[in-house]
Amino acid sequence: MKEVMSGNHAVSYGAMLSRAQVIAAYPITPQTQIVEMLSEFCRTGRLKAKFIKVESEHSALAACIGASIAGARAFTATSAQGLALMHELIHWAANGRMPIVMADVNRSMAPGWSIWTDQNDSLSQRDTGWLQFYCESNQEVIDTIIQGYKIAETVLLPVMVVLDAFVLSHTSEGVDIPEQKLVDKFLPPYKPQYKMDLNQTLAFGALVTPDYNFELKYQIQEAMEYSLTLARKVDKEFKRFSGRNYGLIEPYRCARAEIILVTSGTITSTAREVIDNLRKQGEKIGLLKIRMFRPFPAQEVIEALEDCKKVAVIDRNIGYGVGGILCQEIKSAFCNNARRPEIFGYITGIGGRDVTPDTIMEIVIDVRKNNKADNRIKYVGLRKLR
Amino acid sequence: MKFTIPQEENMHPGHLACPGCGGALAMRLALKALGKKTMVVLPACCWSIINGPFPYSAVKVPLFHTAFETAGSVSSGIKAALDILGKKDITVLAWAGDGGTFDIGLQALSAAAERNDDFIYVCYDNEAYMNTGIQRSSATPWGAWSSTTPAAKEEPKKNIMDIMVAHRIPYAATASVSYPDDFIRKLKRAKDIKGTRFIHALVCCPTGWKCSSEISIKLTRLAVQSGIFPLYEVENGLKYTLNKPQQISPDNKLIRSYLGAQGRFANLSEKDTKKIVADIKSEWLRLLNKIEGNICIKQ
Repeated sequence: MKEVMSGNHAVSYGAMLSRAQVIAAYPITPQTQIVEMLSEFCRTGRLKAKFIKVESEHSALAACIGASIAGARAFTATSAQGLALMHELIHWAANGRMPIVMADVNRSMAPGWSIWTDQNDSLSQRDTGWLQFYCESNQEVIDTIIQGYKIAETVLLPVMVVLDAFVLSHTSEGVDIPEQKLVDKFLPPYKPQYKMDLNQTLAFGALVTPDYNFELKYQIQEAMEYSLTLARKVDKEFKRFSGRNYGLIEPYRCARAEIILVTSGTITSTAREVIDNLRKQGEKIGLLKIRMFRPFPAQEVIEALEDCKKVAVIDRNIGYGVGGILCQEIKSAFCNNARRPEIFGYITGIGGRDVTPDTIMEIVIDVRKNNKADNRIKYVGLRKLR
Repeated sequence: MKFTIPQEENMHPGHLACPGCGGALAMRLALKALGKKTMVVLPACCWSIINGPFPYSAVKVPLFHTAFETAGSVSSGIKAALDILGKKDITVLAWAGDGGTFDIGLQALSAAAERNDDFIYVCYDNEAYMNTGIQRSSATPWGAWSSTTPAAKEEPKKNIMDIMVAHRIPYAATASVSYPDDFIRKLKRAKDIKGTRFIHALVCCPTGWKCSSEISIKLTRLAVQSGIFPLYEVENGLKYTLNKPQQISPDNKLIRSYLGAQGRFANLSEKDTKKIVADIKSEWLRLLNKIEGNICIKQ
């Protein structure tokens, strides 16, 4: 069934179709609509879940952690300051191997107060052991929430589904809502091997000496590596019943491309339009969308980019003191690769500044005229300061 | 002979508490009262160590170690999951120290109490951050030495019972391991009530109180007898009941003997001691006023 809905409501539908059993959340713009709709689903009985109206995001994730260890499928959603407040428990959920799914609506970190999009909130959590998916459309949002649970519950790691503030969260699009019966078949009830259980009387999360801890952390890395393979498999399986899949990355019109733009989130849609126009004019240019950021699908990225001459990575984030975070990841992926395109880094759209087809064209024009990349960061759409 | 304390042991003989730890005994008694259908939520506190490192556990029930400030929120989550999974006969027991309750965990606890989430929260209060080496908490009494109040603490102890009672939770009580029958009765009573139940248990930490371990039980008994830590229960935030046995008014001699036995009060001057006695007396009167208030409610 197709319905017009916002990205936020696509998240709510995704959590409902996944039959989340415990939801704990706290209001924050631009996420709030997600949990408003979920509380309505709970009220009407469309979703049989316990909704804990907590007093902070820290408690939201703590309650999800409690629910998860007691054997329930748990869901939460947040944004920016809320995500940062959760940080301690973001580690806790991953180290405790809890398959929680969380939606993060990308919003610029304060101060100054901002409710508009950039990726610094979620990218600050990149080394915590959460899988991260960056969505381009509302359809992708609903589908990724469902896929997220399947992946999370197999590898026992939490999953963060990320969408841009307003550009996606508050923008309505036609969304095909998967049939519940089919989702149920794809995503059976959560049956954890270990949980708080009167018959097992285990102690979870005890003090762990140096004798054991290294292996525990290593196993998270191992699970991360495996989740690349798993996410591919789950994505294919998802296609069998829905007709849709996304890949971990998506090369778009990259055949024989000399220049490839790399994007994530909604900038991808804008860039697609630019690429279509340029291709029409005969330019050898393509686009690579990064959907999965953690674990980073480095090998796929290399294969998608190694044949082109120039790569322009577009970051809607700043790794202060380094540059664009996506750009760093891609450079590092190519570090030990014999064939390597010139990699240019562009930062744009910070704090929710519009990224239009003209912004993308500005990047294309710049990358066209430079043949050799250096480590200088280029800013697009930045006003002159002095 | 009739045993008033349940024979059932839900704690293993081995654990890592210091000699004379009132907190270890408190858990033993609590699990006797609550039985095997209990799940423990343990934020950072002495019990994080007492229960043993991986792969050990000192209790015979499932236990979840959690972050310092999350006893309230994690317990809410566990209870919600058990409910939705149809396991409604399990008692969730949050077990936190004074730091995790009075200080860092107060926000999550207050929120859970406001929602009246269905679990028992026991604060075993040894009046400082003992696990990290005796730093003051807001539960440390006025005049006490700690490693961060090297002279003496200059602020009075926070009244956590007043705070919890103000939430109008169905049941709040003070308890002491020095009165095991009363302690067990309160835990059992709490078990039969739905909603947020709060138990404030003063326990002796010989290491932090700087006293010999063999007087641990005696000291917390003195705390009750002297009027420093009165035993009472509050139903629905309104109905106060003073429990026996204890003095009918604070006792100067007993207070002095309580303070005198502990190295943490060694720096008190006579003037300081007099202030402490006066404060205890005024707190006692405040409590009596609340009990008097019961009569007004009945009318």
